[in-house]
Amino acid sequence: MSERKPDLQLTADVLVIGGGPAGTWAAITAVSKGSKVVLVDKGYCGTSGATAPSGTGVWYINPDKQQREEAKQSRYGLGGQLADNRWMDRVLDRTYENMNKLGEFGYPFPLDELGNPYKRGLQGPEYMKLMRRLVLKAGVRILDHSPALELLADDHGVGGAHGYNLHTGETWSVQAGAVIIATGGCAFLSKALGCNVLTGDGYLLAAEAGAELSGMEFSNAYAISPTFSSVTKTAYYRYASFYYEDGTAVEGAGSQRGRSIIARNLLQGRQVYASLDQAPEDIHPLLRVNQTNFFLPFDRLGIDPFKDKFPVTLRLEGTVRGTGGIHIVDETCATKVPGLYAAGDAATRELICGGFTGGGSHNAAWAMSSGSFAGEGAAVYAATLGDSSSTRSLKGLSSSTLTRGASDAKPNKTEERVRAVQDEVAPYDRNLFRTSKGLNESLSTLDHIWQDIRNETISLDAHSVKKREAAAMTATARWMYNTALERTETRGMHKREDFPQQDASQQYRLISGGLDKVWVKKEEVAKEAVLH
Amino acid sequence: MIEIVSESKCISCNLCVSVCPTNVFDKVEGGIPVIARQSDCQTCFMCELYCPVDALYVDPNPEQITLKSEEDVENLGLFGGYREKVGWGKGRTPVAKHDYMYQLSAKTR
Repeated sequence: MSERKPDLQLTADVLVIGGGPAGTWAAITAVSKGSKVVLVDKGYCGTSGATAPSGTGVWYINPDKQQREEAKQSRYGLGGQLADNRWMDRVLDRTYENMNKLGEFGYPFPLDELGNPYKRGLQGPEYMKLMRRLVLKAGVRILDHSPALELLADDHGVGGAHGYNLHTGETWSVQAGAVIIATGGCAFLSKALGCNVLTGDGYLLAAEAGAELSGMEFSNAYAISPTFSSVTKTAYYRYASFYYEDGTAVEGAGSQRGRSIIARNLLQGRQVYASLDQAPEDIHPLLRVNQTNFFLPFDRLGIDPFKDKFPVTLRLEGTVRGTGGIHIVDETCATKVPGLYAAGDAATRELICGGFTGGGSHNAAWAMSSGSFAGEGAAVYAATLGDSSSTRSLKGLSSSTLTRGASDAKPNKTEERVRAVQDEVAPYDRNLFRTSKGLNESLSTLDHIWQDIRNETISLDAHSVKKREAAAMTATARWMYNTALERTETRGMHKREDFPQQDASQQYRLISGGLDKVWVKKEEVAKEAVLH
Repeated sequence: MIEIVSESKCISCNLCVSVCPTNVFDKVEGGIPVIARQSDCQTCFMCELYCPVDALYVDPNPEQITLKSEEDVENLGLFGGYREKVGWGKGRTPVAKHDYMYQLSAKTR
């Protein structure tokens, strides 16, 4: 992109891409280390992403030896022993610190019976409204509705990004000493709650710069939701019984272990119904307050979820509740590319939950911890560049050429591609239950889509954003399935129908990358990182 | 999906245009915002929550348009219902602070 100067040109020490919990923590932390920060969000910092419309538990554990050990053990085995003991310690420490800070910043925590603030949960709307306020108060310039379309880099590494403002129609560029990617995971536009801005954009940006991904086989999280609703909050299904249309029970179906049974029934065309009829009556009002949005669809349709049976489906949440993401190489959440950092769901969460879901408390803890680790790391890195940053000659890295001229893409082509990618990643018999045959078939389709996208130029208009999203989802699906092929066992959420057992000799992580040619390699889990 | 911007309630503050994370609304010079890209709505209810006069209605169904009328929504008392429960708006206490948040965890420990 060198045909003309962007309409808006800014410089900063640190550029944060993404304004959810990880991005906002990254921004305020970088400022506290002396950096000048710009934050860009594809939507609106404060409402964007999976956290804002939800309530979430937080992995907030008192610094008590036994409580911490139990907390670390809780997902270690479920995650296939791929988590890292030292990282769990760091995240528990930083989450404890940051949650306490949130109290000081004015988050309205409820009180326990002794009158102390209770800090094991956050209400998304309240939390993200506060985070936006803190970011602005710190003097960060926020560009809302301003998706990044490509990273900028030179021989020294990444030095900014270039994008488009959907509201003004202007192009922008931010030159920065360091860039933090906090764009969330990828849920493939499945309309899981708050997830339609999460299309893997950051994975593509990072890979175009030469960064790697990790754990992309852990990308088949599906959430239970009513068929008529976007609300993919699954905690309360622990109180659910599941039924067929005739009212008989679905044997073995459940929220935690029995989700596969629901999926197999849905695959056979048998609708499954749920009712929260196991919730004791005295906690109904408590449940209603704790997750206000869970009840919203029922209330609007006149359904009593504690009594009535309602049809459910499983909505794809991909790597949002999966754990795969950008590979980070040190304690500052740096990628292998100088100047490029990753935080939140954009980064791998295997370090704290292995191949088991990061959903709920872990992802929330990871977002605020990795956000502040990355904010610190990026600030220090940017400071070491000093004045040299002003003399850099940066170039755009987009794999499809971005142009001010007319696009050669046919109208509706983007929607077609998105549907084609969804057809490969949404079906339970492709993504939830994986086989070598299915994965290979999907990959041949996905590789074709990628080649088509590659050979196109993208003109800088409102549609460019959707075209880049389609490219990001295609690339993400290819990393997922190539990695899933490589892991010839069942571990964490990754289920291979043709390899149904966990294989002790495969207790390693899988790193992936590449654009036209996707590669996958093994990485050992450090010996000292193992939890005993 | 977002279905209604109530002409009688809307004060054209355009906050929904700003806060919608998927850019569904367009500002209109001298008028109320319009739902310009309805199929991009992800049904997250954030616009309803930020609307200061409860002029918006988001139907829970993320895939189909129900064509509910403003009158129906009004009669069912659905305008502003979510904002009230979340405890946003003048004179309300945020639900985040509610005692039940802690009590549930104490009871289900």
